[in-house]
Amino acid sequence: MSRPLSIIIVEPDRDRALLIVDSLRAAGDFDIQVIAEPTSLARQIQARQPDVVLIDIENPSRDMLEELALASGPQDRAVAMFVDRSAEGLSTAAIEAGVSAYVVDGMQPGRVKPVLDAAITRFRMFQRMRTELAETKRALEERKVIDRAKGMLMKARGVSEDEAYAILRKAAMDQGKRVADVAQALVTAAGLLG
Amino acid sequence: MSATTLSVGFIPLVDAAPLVLAQEMGFAAEEGITLDLRRAPSWSSLRDMLSFGKVEAAHMLSPVPIATALGLGGAGAPLSAVSVLSVNGNVIGISRALADRLRDAGHDFAFNDARAAGLALIAASGAGLRIGVPFPFSMHAELVYYWLSALGLPAPQSVSVRTVPPPLMGDAIRAGEIDAFCVGEPWGSQAVEDGMGELLLPGSAIWAFAPEKVLAMRADWAEAEAMLRGRLIRAVWRAGRWLGDPASTSLAAEILARPGYLDLPADILDRALSGRLVLSGRGEERSVPDFLTFHRSAATFPWRSQAEWIGLQLAARTGLDRTAAKSAAARVFRTDLHRAALSGLSASLPTASSRIEGGVTEPTAVPADVGQLILGRDRFFDGRIFDPDLA
Repeated sequence: MSRPLSIIIVEPDRDRALLIVDSLRAAGDFDIQVIAEPTSLARQIQARQPDVVLIDIENPSRDMLEELALASGPQDRAVAMFVDRSAEGLSTAAIEAGVSAYVVDGMQPGRVKPVLDAAITRFRMFQRMRTELAETKRALEERKVIDRAKGMLMKARGVSEDEAYAILRKAAMDQGKRVADVAQALVTAAGLLG
Repeated sequence: MSATTLSVGFIPLVDAAPLVLAQEMGFAAEEGITLDLRRAPSWSSLRDMLSFGKVEAAHMLSPVPIATALGLGGAGAPLSAVSVLSVNGNVIGISRALADRLRDAGHDFAFNDARAAGLALIAASGAGLRIGVPFPFSMHAELVYYWLSALGLPAPQSVSVRTVPPPLMGDAIRAGEIDAFCVGEPWGSQAVEDGMGELLLPGSAIWAFAPEKVLAMRADWAEAEAMLRGRLIRAVWRAGRWLGDPASTSLAAEILARPGYLDLPADILDRALSGRLVLSGRGEERSVPDFLTFHRSAATFPWRSQAEWIGLQLAARTGLDRTAAKSAAARVFRTDLHRAALSGLSASLPTASSRIEGGVTEPTAVPADVGQLILGRDRFFDGRIFDPDLA
């Protein structure tokens, strides 16, 4: 019976880190540690000698881990990004999901696969949440702009709110644009006219 | 006919300018392409995006495709450098405490003498100097190793070169993680602006013609997409020529400052583009001719000898076989593809594909395909030369 794989997760957001830990625990018996602080990241990891390091692709501190690929002494264990011809599909899936994995040289792909599978699933979920949040924010902002444009039309042309919206919608249809874009153009133009 | 869209990754740095301006100034459109510029969070992520086909081309540190060819740092797809995007453009900065020590010891911050600045730095910091660079495979790291080794401070025994993401250089100094850094603009100027450090030297004072960033693509993509490859090389070359005109500086800074690109004040970006750098919070300014070069001296030409120099430096440090490293590196810089793309334009390209690096001590006319080509100084600060035929 070999010892459990040791995994380090680099993640500054505590809630996200906990979710990743939960996903990994559900996938197997691993020794998991979380590093939140990017300071001396490479040395913190070197000191703990993990088998696998997981980090968000969007994390700018990721470049610090590249140093680990250059084992500088005989005691150091080289860490390579998990790019293996046999596992190309897995690497691509990881990149698409937004996670990068560093795996110690010589590790059997079969031992790492459950870790990566779990991480990929979790990061895909994060990505979906991120997209949803961005969409919600955009929708809210568009509504604000449309409201402002309606207000301007009501004032300038003495129409009701419904009529103002109808004017915007007609202009949008005539120009083959979205109502939000027409509203934005009106607000921008009004700003320029002062 | 609608333009073909190419996705191109970049890191928010002033030297991403040829890609940004190729799109914004219409040089890409002239070639019938649209560049979908994607800002990447780190060099390793950008390399992987390129390797795995998430982008078709990328702004890349010149040593990265070579390191990949040598099997260093991830084992991604083979990459080709089809143009040099920029020559020089880095700065070396030091903590304010260290700057005070240098000043007390009489250093003049002339900003042009790598030997004097290096000896002053070594005297003030002694062994155990910690220098931040953006990436283990970068011209920044190569310049620092070359400079300090030549002055008797061998790495890694006496100096620790650490990776720190460019925007965090100032923070790393404040946290006491590093004493100095070598970084691309605008991050050196930003550290000065934030009161975190002072500038000691431009990278060009160490090597006057260091290939800094390249236009990288997957080797198999470059072979398969000859038409698109040529269009992209030409669009970027024209953008570089436009950037080489001092009259373009202000507009280039304004465009790069936009939120989608660098999202920083234009006046800070202007320093690198105009070569007028502010060294410290006290406002001392130094003018550096050719601080960052996009066009002059056939700057875009990917000399095989440049690749060989980088390959041999990497091999020496990682204990790889020198001969194999040299020939693997030479195959990465695609002099042939660059030349093919620009034939028929008014580009003055050298007829040679390799040269003695560090051998031009005064501007010299050399044989060119078209017109006249003057190569500017390319010397190393210690006067050494690199002759690829003898290396």
